[in-house]
Amino acid sequence: MEGVGRMEAEGNGRGYLSERGWKSWAFTLDHKRIGAMYLWTTTVFFLIGGVFALLLRLELLSPQARYFSNHTYNVFFTLHGAMMIFLFIIPAIPSGLGNFFIPLHIGARDVAFPRLNLASYWVFAAGFLVIIGSLVAPMDTGWTFYTPYSAKSAAAVTTLSLGIFLIGMSSILTGLNFIVTIHKLRAPGMTWHRLPLFIWGMYSTSIIQVIATPVVGVTFLLLAAERIFGVGFFDPTKGGDPVLFQHFFWFYSHPVVYVMILPAMGIVSEVIPVFSRKPIFGYKAIAYSSVAIALGGFLVWGHHMFTSGMSPLANAIFSLMTFFVAVPTAVKVFNWTATLYRGSITFEAPMLYALTFIFLFIVGGLTGPFLGALATNVQLHDTYFVVAHFHYTMMGGTVMGFLAGLHYWFPKMTGRMLNEKVARVAWALIFVGFNVTFFTMFILGVRGMPRRYAEYLPKFHTENVISTIGSAVLAAGILVMCWNFLQGLRKGAPAPANPWRALSLEWRAASPPETENFPEIPLVTEWPYGYGTPKG
Amino acid sequence: MSDPSGEHGDPAVAFESAKLGVWTFLATEVLLFGALFTAYTVFRIRYPEMFRVEHAKLDRVLGAANTVVLITSSLMVVLGVDAIKRGKARLLEAYFGATILLAGVFLCVKYAEYAAKFHHGIYPRTNLFFSIYFMLTGLHGIHVLLGMGVLSYVIILSRRGRLSASYYTPAEMSGLYWHFVDLVWIYLFPLLYLVG
Amino acid sequence: MDNVLAFGAASGQAGRVDALFVMIAVIGGFFFFLTQGLLIYFAVKYRRRLPDRDNETPAITGNPLLEFLWILIPSIVVVVIFYYGWRVYTDQRIPAAGATEVHVTARQWMYEIRYPDGRTAINEIRVPAGKPVKFLLSAADVLHGFYLPDFRVKMDMIPGRVTTLWVQPDRPGSYQIFCTVYCGTGHSNMLAKLIVMSPHEYEEWVEHGGREGDEGGEHEPLVVRGERILSNAGCLNCHAVEGKEKIGPNLRGLHGSKVPLEGGKSVTADEEYLRESIVDPGEKVVKGYPNVMPTYKASMPPDDVRAVVEYLKTLK
Repeated sequence: MEGVGRMEAEGNGRGYLSERGWKSWAFTLDHKRIGAMYLWTTTVFFLIGGVFALLLRLELLSPQARYFSNHTYNVFFTLHGAMMIFLFIIPAIPSGLGNFFIPLHIGARDVAFPRLNLASYWVFAAGFLVIIGSLVAPMDTGWTFYTPYSAKSAAAVTTLSLGIFLIGMSSILTGLNFIVTIHKLRAPGMTWHRLPLFIWGMYSTSIIQVIATPVVGVTFLLLAAERIFGVGFFDPTKGGDPVLFQHFFWFYSHPVVYVMILPAMGIVSEVIPVFSRKPIFGYKAIAYSSVAIALGGFLVWGHHMFTSGMSPLANAIFSLMTFFVAVPTAVKVFNWTATLYRGSITFEAPMLYALTFIFLFIVGGLTGPFLGALATNVQLHDTYFVVAHFHYTMMGGTVMGFLAGLHYWFPKMTGRMLNEKVARVAWALIFVGFNVTFFTMFILGVRGMPRRYAEYLPKFHTENVISTIGSAVLAAGILVMCWNFLQGLRKGAPAPANPWRALSLEWRAASPPETENFPEIPLVTEWPYGYGTPKG
Repeated sequence: MSDPSGEHGDPAVAFESAKLGVWTFLATEVLLFGALFTAYTVFRIRYPEMFRVEHAKLDRVLGAANTVVLITSSLMVVLGVDAIKRGKARLLEAYFGATILLAGVFLCVKYAEYAAKFHHGIYPRTNLFFSIYFMLTGLHGIHVLLGMGVLSYVIILSRRGRLSASYYTPAEMSGLYWHFVDLVWIYLFPLLYLVG
Repeated sequence: MDNVLAFGAASGQAGRVDALFVMIAVIGGFFFFLTQGLLIYFAVKYRRRLPDRDNETPAITGNPLLEFLWILIPSIVVVVIFYYGWRVYTDQRIPAAGATEVHVTARQWMYEIRYPDGRTAINEIRVPAGKPVKFLLSAADVLHGFYLPDFRVKMDMIPGRVTTLWVQPDRPGSYQIFCTVYCGTGHSNMLAKLIVMSPHEYEEWVEHGGREGDEGGEHEPLVVRGERILSNAGCLNCHAVEGKEKIGPNLRGLHGSKVPLEGGKSVTADEEYLRESIVDPGEKVVKGYPNVMPTYKASMPPDDVRAVVEYLKTLK
């Protein structure tokens, strides 16, 4: 590509990382540093949440409570869910990788409101500190906080609600910042149809964050008010309605699964063409399907509540809408697969994770219709089938996309290369461990094992043991991967500016980029997927 | 609130960014109140009788007075922004000061209403109508308080000579926010005090 | 075709749900092999052949016809699945005429059953086979669930509301009931049974005043009867006889022991203490076990309480 060589800047070593000392981080306005802080924080919570998951699997080795009491088990699955959702998967890609790469992708020096950006990190930090503070009386309500249980529980629900409110505020501010950045700060020549698909994913995500998050904010305020002032919106003894809580909760928490998945889909759309040396297939379909998913995602929250006594008509409408949201998702999968056709594919770690994303996401996606169809939903709702389904989409999808992104952009963020061999070993362990852990859960679900059970009937024993073994393999893979990251950070080989020969703008900056990102704002003349060598 | 400072080379871009930022922010605010209005609608449909009886306990005169106070304050904001567009910083400060004063009056009246309710033993837990009443007006009151803070910040900026006829973004943006706060009350007043 | 595809389904309705399940599985399987197959095939076939040089790759950026087709076909498929799922569901929701009604109230952590004729039971519902039965579900404290895996149905139980669910059990048997909406510490112990009896046996059981065979007969020893009631009344959902403690104190060795109470006092667990703790659990609360147990005053006749106490005395 013309321009790539010319604009490529050689790294002078540490780029945006040159300044040292805690103040250079705590008060930084640099989107890259703020992104890095988010990445570190969220990764730590991912690991903590993972430890809780392992403890759950350990307990489920035996049908009877063996290692922990039922209450402790309930606390663990609540913390696993709440941490993974609110402190890892919602902020990790949008706030972490998004912060780092949106300005680099669109050719800007920073986000639109750098100070607001820093503020949202610290609001996030305040949020997770409050949440940690709530551990004095740890939550046992499940991450969904369904009333009236959450209104009555002796746990520190009020404190936790306020913590989540703060996290939500941070999420809104970040989304707002990104929307404005993408609208107003694109480099000259960067038209909407030349935007990398990661940006389209992030843009759709930001819309959801801005529109859906305030509703959950109010919901948690009302929950807190119910506990502090005795307000009775969700309390049946005062004429309130516990199901209203579910409506409010899922009005946010369903769209938010797209906050989790759309940026990951964006990363996959970046990685696949680079490692296939082919233009992305059906750019516009992928771009607009992100927006379609984001908007359609607001109309399907009721599918979490088919057994809550809603009218059959409402159930039917939510079911139909749910199926329609599935279509744009399927379109993306077809497009990625078609991109591989007649490519020149190499299998470095980012590509392995991106392909794994597609593979696992297809499984997650194809198990969706079982839950979207009313009759089978009534059968499978609140069983392990649901647990398996959303782990295939959230962990098999989002987390694999996140890992693809981390491996893909590691050289850019740190200026160092990762050890490819170790990365592949980690990948293999994760892939095998993941499927063993979670595929068995589909079987458990079909056989009728309900979720959130500390103890279970002996007839479910075999599958649970297999699943626990799988989780150990999965954990080993994650550990190897973390070790590889740390090794890479300390003594990885210096990375060139563009190790993957990619065309999007971030690779024109140095590795790691300078604080200003680009020596001069690039002039964009083409879309970023002009791969392909028709003349050889 | 957004903090539109001159971090971008191009002041026009900075202004446009700030404007889009504030509008986006207002969109989230609409949803924030929207959830409570939804709860209002749900329970109003379910318990029309309770709403009819209970809403009569609110003081319409004070509510109407507060409506007038807020509309006047919005007018002050408009005049203030207009003043700075003509480069009259002192005038802006006067108008915005008046707005803050009116906001203070609004909150005092609100306080009096709350105090009267508590005096009669009416609390948020009393019934669903008053749950909604206190949640909505309380949340709105917090927004008024935040608005006073933002307007004070603009006055400070202006005293430091940072605003002029060529750069008045903070004044205009805080004005937008204030109109929103006003608008919420315009909906709250009839829904809570008037409709029976 | 309903029952051909049923995997241990306990009713015709369940068979139809299974048929739907199989249909989605077949469609899903087809698309699974199609997409995964192509993914793997392309990944292998179009891998880079030379270590240092890319294959020649065409600059394909899309294909309108193909893209139109793969929007259209999935749309049609999902509408078909939706329609089928909706039909089965709708039939499932409309109760058959003449259904027996059973009221079920859930509380932490048990199901209280009330039959139309006034009989009550805990955690055990008995109905005749071949006759539709409609459950009227509610909850006393928090949300609970009512899940009959063998019938492929479930419904939430919501405080302040009545939700309904009906099934038509075809075959006699004992079917599991699970709570599926998380309800606190004892959630996973909140189990119950739907016992479907042949119409003949059911008649006999009703005539016996809700007792089976020689159960509850004059000659049933008190201790045997107590053990039976203990396991039927849901006591064991919260109290372990031995092993790891559940929600409440363990039962073995309780009788005759010194029990520390909230507030510093302590009491010797004699017969009267045991009786009182069953019918009025809030009266003397054991230290470290905040009272969550419901009263059995209404649901357990004094004779039964006496039998349970006698049984507890044997647990040394």
